[in-house]
Amino acid sequence: MSLDNLYLIKDFYFQAFVVGVLISACTAMLGVEVVLKKYSMLGDGLSHVSFGTLAVAASFGSARLEVALVVVVFVAFLLLQIRQNSKINGDAAVAIVSGSFMAIGIFATRLENGSNTDYNSYLTGSLFAINDNNFLLCVVLSITVIVVYIMFYNKIFAVTFDENFSSATGGKVGVYNFIIASLTAVSIVVGMRLIGALLISSLTVFPVVSSLRLAKTYKSCVLLAIVASVVAYIGGFVLSLCAVSIQIPVSSAIIFCNLIVLAVCYIFSSLRKRGKLVK
Amino acid sequence: MDKLLECFNLCVNYEGKPILTDISFTVEENDFLCIVGENGAGKSTLTNAILGLVPIKSGSILLHGISKSDIGYLPQKLKLNTHFPASVKEVVMSGFVGKSFFSPRYNKSQRCRADDSMKLLGINDYKSRSFLELSGGQQQRVLLARAICAAEKLVFLDEPVTGLDPAASDNFYKLLSHLNSHHGVAIVMVSHDIENAVSYCNKILHLGNDNRFFGTTEEYKKSDIYKYYVGKRGK
Repeated sequence: MSLDNLYLIKDFYFQAFVVGVLISACTAMLGVEVVLKKYSMLGDGLSHVSFGTLAVAASFGSARLEVALVVVVFVAFLLLQIRQNSKINGDAAVAIVSGSFMAIGIFATRLENGSNTDYNSYLTGSLFAINDNNFLLCVVLSITVIVVYIMFYNKIFAVTFDENFSSATGGKVGVYNFIIASLTAVSIVVGMRLIGALLISSLTVFPVVSSLRLAKTYKSCVLLAIVASVVAYIGGFVLSLCAVSIQIPVSSAIIFCNLIVLAVCYIFSSLRKRGKLVK
Repeated sequence: MDKLLECFNLCVNYEGKPILTDISFTVEENDFLCIVGENGAGKSTLTNAILGLVPIKSGSILLHGISKSDIGYLPQKLKLNTHFPASVKEVVMSGFVGKSFFSPRYNKSQRCRADDSMKLLGINDYKSRSFLELSGGQQQRVLLARAICAAEKLVFLDEPVTGLDPAASDNFYKLLSHLNSHHGVAIVMVSHDIENAVSYCNKILHLGNDNRFFGTTEEYKKSDIYKYYVGKRGK
């Protein structure tokens, strides 16, 4: 390869790398909420909604990130509200909404208008999905998610820990839930382009489960989840680039690395427990 | 004593059926009111209605000189994910959630107040420990500290000693009594434990299907309801 080619490749992957690191942090942070509220399927559902929306938008010739954002935020909020209503089964609602959007999306892929679109990359992700058109938008969105999360961190914790108490003592629970839903939705929509609809939700679950093995406080849980997620992302990214002969898609490589991180955390926490018993 | 809370003719439904009809009572500063009654009489429902957690069918609730964000709450039983990581300090500080819409950091007075309530309740030594690793009694004290952070004047407790062993339960009542008498916190406590209610509280609200009572503990002890209850227990 000539030096010019190398430079081009470096620039291309740089954008995907930066957005990937930011999104890994976002999905990990919000994953803590989702997993602790026992709503792990929310991420999966929202990624399917995102796929459906983008596929339909693509078949109309305008596959814009902004369209998916609006729809997914709205659906995320709706699903969180349904979750609170004990009469409707929250998990079933996610499955119904998720399946419907997926079906619409698959139908849209068969339509003529969007035949130039690479629907496969919507499903399995692509490093090239982050390019000059959307790099800045993705970075701004990710950083916004991180900043808003930090600003509302104490409220988000209170609402996740005990929503009834927060509501009874005058906390604006509805607004905070909307913020959580919006941040989750944005992370999933942006991450979906990179990791794919099929696997993005795993990024809201794997790092959190790893972190829960080791964390004793909420703060350390969030921080550890972010570290686990970013480390796994970088590992997967490097693995995918280096193992060129095997051609591992980047999304699979990231999940494999997440699995390794999870295994390491399990081993570490078991050793720690055994150490205590021995004493 | 100044009034803090007044309920007039409160009617609340639960799953379509009327569970509370025409409930009226008053909470004044420094009161220690216990809401007692049989299972299903609507004690928790009444608390939930006052706190805005369930809708009211009719009647009114008036707060005097305080707002919702001045009321503390210790819920009946926290349904926590068994893996929820939270330190004692994080739980206690979450008591400030209702104080303002947006506050990225707790301010100095909030941190002082949290420290004070943790010291008062004897949990300062384990503020860095995981909430889930504590015993039942310790967890209740942490949640009480959280409730105090939320409120200076009025705290609602929903069956706070259920599940605690007698020693822990006794300690808890003493703590509540101390808070009430020495720190001017009015307490409204839902409880099954009529005996302790009568020992520690100055007012009783007895909810029942056929009969009810609201008044001072002295009056309650002379009432037919109490005599009926004591008679039943005597058997």
